[in-house]
Amino acid sequence: MATGVFSSKRAKISERTLRTDRWWLQPLITVSVLLSFIVYASFRAFENGNYFAEPLISPFYSPCLSAACAQGSSLLGQPFGIFKILGMTFSPALFILIFPLGFRMTCYYYRKAYYRSFWASPPACAVAEPHAKYTGETRAPLIMQNSHRYFFYIGLIFNVLLTADAILAFRNPEKQWGHMSVGSLVLLANATFLWLYSASCHTCRHTIGGRLRNFSSHPIRYKAWTIVSALNHKHQNFAWISLLGVAFADFYVRQVSSGAFTNFYFF
Amino acid sequence: MARKLKLRIWRGNSTDGGLQNVEVEANEGEVVLDVIHRVQAEQMNDLAVRWNCKAGKCGSCSMEINGKPRLACMTQVASFPDDQEITITPLRAFPVIKDLVTDVSFNYKKAMEIPAFVPPVGMKPGEPRMAQVDVERSQEFRKCIECFLCQDTCHVIRDHEENKKSFAGPRFFIRIAELDMHPLDMLRNRKQKAQEEHGLGMCNITKCCTEVCPEHIRITDNAIIPMKERVVDVKYDPLRWLGSVIRKREGIL
Ligand code: SF4
Ligand code: SF4
Ligand code: FES
Ligand code: FES
Repeated sequence: MATGVFSSKRAKISERTLRTDRWWLQPLITVSVLLSFIVYASFRAFENGNYFAEPLISPFYSPCLSAACAQGSSLLGQPFGIFKILGMTFSPALFILIFPLGFRMTCYYYRKAYYRSFWASPPACAVAEPHAKYTGETRAPLIMQNSHRYFFYIGLIFNVLLTADAILAFRNPEKQWGHMSVGSLVLLANATFLWLYSASCHTCRHTIGGRLRNFSSHPIRYKAWTIVSALNHKHQNFAWISLLGVAFADFYVRQVSSGAFTNFYFF
Repeated sequence: MARKLKLRIWRGNSTDGGLQNVEVEANEGEVVLDVIHRVQAEQMNDLAVRWNCKAGKCGSCSMEINGKPRLACMTQVASFPDDQEITITPLRAFPVIKDLVTDVSFNYKKAMEIPAFVPPVGMKPGEPRMAQVDVERSQEFRKCIECFLCQDTCHVIRDHEENKKSFAGPRFFIRIAELDMHPLDMLRNRKQKAQEEHGLGMCNITKCCTEVCPEHIRITDNAIIPMKERVVDVKYDPLRWLGSVIRKREGIL
């Protein structure tokens, strides 16, 4: 039986949408950028190399916890030995990337982006979606989106570690402090964008003050909430900037590590 | 400067209908509702159209213009290129009555299902005092003119008639949020009800309601997502749940 805009009592119109603008452009761009990122990140995760060039480490491989990690790259030591499955050494990046992936997959902004562009639910506003049934986020697996706050907390730990990586990058390859290279700036920018992404998160906004029902009796949390709310307004921008930032930081470290680029030192 | 406008207007009733072509004059500064009225006066005297204020404040003239849910009285003719044909249809999420008029009673039923404000016991009218920072939050939601454009564009019901029974829709999520954020509201299971009875979990935060709201209420960011987070507090977050059991924390339920 016809449902949705073709239901029996609604105005008889045969088109799925009468929109005349290029409503398909936005989902197309989203799919292209996200797919490119996924392809690049997978390639890098499986490459299992070129992720460290003293003092720079790629954000895809930090914290490098396996005994297979490049010498000197393990900020937190190597508690896990070497991961092997069917005799193949597992790239340490695979264990790290699960967390940022979970964080972004459950992010309210990315949910909007991929529900629209990958799942066409809906492809654009007032454009009929192709699915016969729809239950939203009420049952498995999508009910798991409610775990976003836990990924947010883990994300904060990663932010701290990647900030430490950025600070450590203000050394020279001989590990002496007081130096600055293009790489230091790249890692610093990456960490900054990640903090902005986390700080503007809806869960952050809720935790810091949004969950209160009485702002007037919590003036400090209210103040913090107004600041986070202002950042939250730009959450979409931070989501994209930080995603591209991570990819670029990794790319830069890869090029330096493989010898394609020389990491230029300002001092 | 007058210009000739090509329109396609949907005409019909709940059993049949279709788009009809008409040409009409449009004067500088006019809105789509003006030209619909001219068509009605000069060419289609029995054309049904609902309107009231012509100022974007009564929420009556909701329809779809070139496929987008909009207020006809707030849509400038000049916003369309000269040679573009303008297609005007009734709202496509609700049953049509005649021509551009739909039956929006679904929304009134949903409104009645939202539990009302519950004041503290013994509080008399005129007694409550509220700080400005607390008022501001709900003031945004109070701007709603009940045009139901958000309800019309929401794919949960627009594309799935069968979801209407279990989904209140964005206009009523802002109502629930307003009450749940109210410092004096004493009803303590609003969050659970939002999820279990009003279908908050059906919303996949794709933000079409926000895109079409003529009052620019940030429905998804300021009402729906905060409500989803509040629901997580009481239903899906084991740590919060534990905390509330141990400390009987206020504001959680
Ligand atoms: S954000 Fe939610 S309520 Fe708003 S239109 Fe989308 S699905 Fe509907
Ligand atoms: S929230 Fe906005 S779009 Fe929805 S009924 Fe109110 S004014 Fe209209
Ligand atoms: S909402 Fe996007 S990271 Fe939390
Ligand atoms: S006529 Fe009142 S909103 Fe358009």
